[in-house]
Amino acid sequence: MGGSAIGHIAYALVAAALVALAATVKTDGYIANILMQAATYAIAVFGLSIVLGLCGQINLAQAAFFALGAYCVGLGTADYRLPFWLCLAGGVALAVVAGAGLGLSTLRLGGHYLAMVTISFQQILTVVLTNAIAFTHGPDGVSSIGRPAAFASGQAYLALAVLALSITGYLVWRLADTRLGRAMRAVRDNELAASASGIDVFRTKVIAFALCAGLGGLGGGLFAGGFSYVSPDQFSFSDSIVLLTMALLGGVASPIGSTIGTGLLILIPEWLRFLKSVPGLYLAIYGAAVILIVVFMPDGIWGFIGRLFRTRKRSPLESAGPLALCPADSGAPIALEVRGLAKNFGGLMAVDGVDFQVRRGGLHGLIGPNGSGKTTTLNVVTGFYRPTAGAVLVDGVDVTALPAHKRTIAGLGRTFQNIRLFRSMTALENVVIGAERRGNSLVASRHDALRRRARAALDFVGLGDRAEETIPSFSYGHQRLIEIARALAANPTVLLLDEPAAGLNSSEKKVLHDLLDRIAAAGLTIVIIDHDMTLIAGVAKHLTVLNFGRRIADGETADVLTEPEVVAAYLGAS
Amino acid sequence: MGFFLQLLFTGIGIGAVYALVALGFVLIFRATNVVNFAQGEFSMVAAFLMVVFAVDLGWPYWLAFLISIAGMALLGAVFNLLVYYPLRNRTYLPVLISTIGASIFLSNSVLALYGSQAQVLPGWLDTPGFQLGPVYLDSQYLIIIGVTLALVAFQYWLFERTLIGKKLQATSQDKEMATLLGVPVAAMIMITFVYSAVLGGIAGILVAPVLFVSIQMGSTIALKAFAATIIGGFGDVAGAILGGFAIGVIETFGAAYISVPFKDAFAFLALVIFLVVRPQGIFGERVAEKA
Repeated sequence: MGGSAIGHIAYALVAAALVALAATVKTDGYIANILMQAATYAIAVFGLSIVLGLCGQINLAQAAFFALGAYCVGLGTADYRLPFWLCLAGGVALAVVAGAGLGLSTLRLGGHYLAMVTISFQQILTVVLTNAIAFTHGPDGVSSIGRPAAFASGQAYLALAVLALSITGYLVWRLADTRLGRAMRAVRDNELAASASGIDVFRTKVIAFALCAGLGGLGGGLFAGGFSYVSPDQFSFSDSIVLLTMALLGGVASPIGSTIGTGLLILIPEWLRFLKSVPGLYLAIYGAAVILIVVFMPDGIWGFIGRLFRTRKRSPLESAGPLALCPADSGAPIALEVRGLAKNFGGLMAVDGVDFQVRRGGLHGLIGPNGSGKTTTLNVVTGFYRPTAGAVLVDGVDVTALPAHKRTIAGLGRTFQNIRLFRSMTALENVVIGAERRGNSLVASRHDALRRRARAALDFVGLGDRAEETIPSFSYGHQRLIEIARALAANPTVLLLDEPAAGLNSSEKKVLHDLLDRIAAAGLTIVIIDHDMTLIAGVAKHLTVLNFGRRIADGETADVLTEPEVVAAYLGAS
Repeated sequence: MGFFLQLLFTGIGIGAVYALVALGFVLIFRATNVVNFAQGEFSMVAAFLMVVFAVDLGWPYWLAFLISIAGMALLGAVFNLLVYYPLRNRTYLPVLISTIGASIFLSNSVLALYGSQAQVLPGWLDTPGFQLGPVYLDSQYLIIIGVTLALVAFQYWLFERTLIGKKLQATSQDKEMATLLGVPVAAMIMITFVYSAVLGGIAGILVAPVLFVSIQMGSTIALKAFAATIIGGFGDVAGAILGGFAIGVIETFGAAYISVPFKDAFAFLALVIFLVVRPQGIFGERVAEKA
């Protein structure tokens, strides 16, 4: 990932050289076939590097999407005499629609369903291709598939395939650092945190899946033109596994890795042809290789090489000045209102008709003994649980019907009791994802503006100089601060902190206390849940106290802490 | 009516096999939160072991059965050590891919060792079956249904009435807590894999006389069993069993009344319909991650 101007130029030069070589160097038919297969397969493997590498979802039907493209070009040019380009575009479109359809039906569910449904799709397609003989020619396959007139020679067509490979490779490479690519990586690393950052997790997954299928269709369409013959047995479940193995072997997160993996897995079997004399042996080795790669080389060959040469450097970002916070303000005195909120899990009433109002610009504490329903309340307010009853209003707007990411867009920001960061990314990238919340009025969507704001948010919590480090190198306390920075960068209307002091030592708590004072001074409305009464009493102006899911007190901090019922709830007196 | 009842009987018989394999899926899923995509290969390997011992070597059926099942227990243990254990602390995705690799490895190893020729395993009993009113009761189907019911009863007893069952349940519900309470979690997971391999093996041996013994039988059975677990409600034991019977009946009727070549597509069609209309299945999966 990443990319400097030099990187772009180098890529363009290498790609141009490869296309020129493919167009001019005379090779015998055998080598040309291998190159053709490698180039078209690699395009399909790029698709997997999006869906698996960037988005962390599985697709065990890439050969089926490949088949959709191949059969569109095959049947279209051979049986219906349609122009090649039209068939190719149709094949890609069909694959995208099929991918999006599969995704829409399953991606709300866990990954196992996706694995299963993609296998099912693969099997059904194979059954159809084999048995719908009148339309697909059945097991005999489709022959005399056409090519566009300008690329009729094998040499020219190979150059076309390499060109397509170069262009798609570039796009997939660049995708990682776009808004969409960051959203995919966020979904891969932590779905709940992605929702809390305003990312539509479901939509992001469906898009990743559709893109993956589309690239499969493109590779398949080019493959059909290249070999002028396709049959159902070329696109079976085991071919989907071969494509998956190519992605895993090369390194699933990068198009260069994908190309290496594809090339190796096409060449190695050619070198080891003798293995094919025993049916099954070759695929048995494949299966064992999959396990070995997953166990010993989780990032693939390219990831392995990348770790040896960890030179990746971004132009270090200058300190970016003070963090601007400009929470949306309708003028009403109440920033967040909770009315009659209830949540039960089965028979358990975790929250039972809670009301409270958070004043604009105030620091509001939500406290209560363990199990009193504080975190449940926060999860219902931020949309992670659906309420059984009640309403939530942000700045006067009823958000009760909205899902979590839309509530973030509507102005709620939050942190989690168990830290939820995007662990494979740098601190800066984490905060950039926060900053690009739709509805954040303070940044244009230009990337350097986002990065400057993210840097400013990291400076605000005191970690600006470590912006380029990835999450695992930060201490627990610093990870909490990064999570707060991510929420702040989004410029929320109301910030909700779920036990920010939990697990911090006394000096870290002092830093947190100071940070909360500075946020409040900027005029941001904060709701804080914590057990540390020194911290709460020191920062909160108002308190709402819960016990057994009900509100037992509400008011100015000093008054609430002396109420007998509150004292009883905390000290257990009757 | 006779034809209908006949189909129902056949569907329930084949569904019992799916139910057994589905049970294996669910047990491993509950213990490790991972779907074992090689579950069907356990059935395939067991059927081939049975062919080797009972047909090729000509041993008595019961002896061949016991040896095959012992082999499956061993396979389950090795599978756990090589395919699951090294990845136990990673996310579900690497483990899932690893089990897919294992599935390819197992089916193609058998292909390399035994060739692609489909094999025939005779049924347990010499009597092929008998007529009951309008329905012909095939003896192998009766055995399948009988053994499945017995195994379900055994499992109920094991999980609900024994200490080891409680430990297995504790492991599947909360590994950290189970560890703190002194439950040997690693051993419980090992037991789960061994038991699931044995269940899959029994299913494979039971169904072998009805189908041909082939390399493909594993993946076909596994896919349908998986469809069964989703229809029943993922992770739910009763749901898996009910779903297995449902899939068996659906595909038998689909083949008889709609289309034979598309027989294998009906289970997947039912699966997709369920995913769209009622993704939580008949009994409902416990979902929702804690924020």
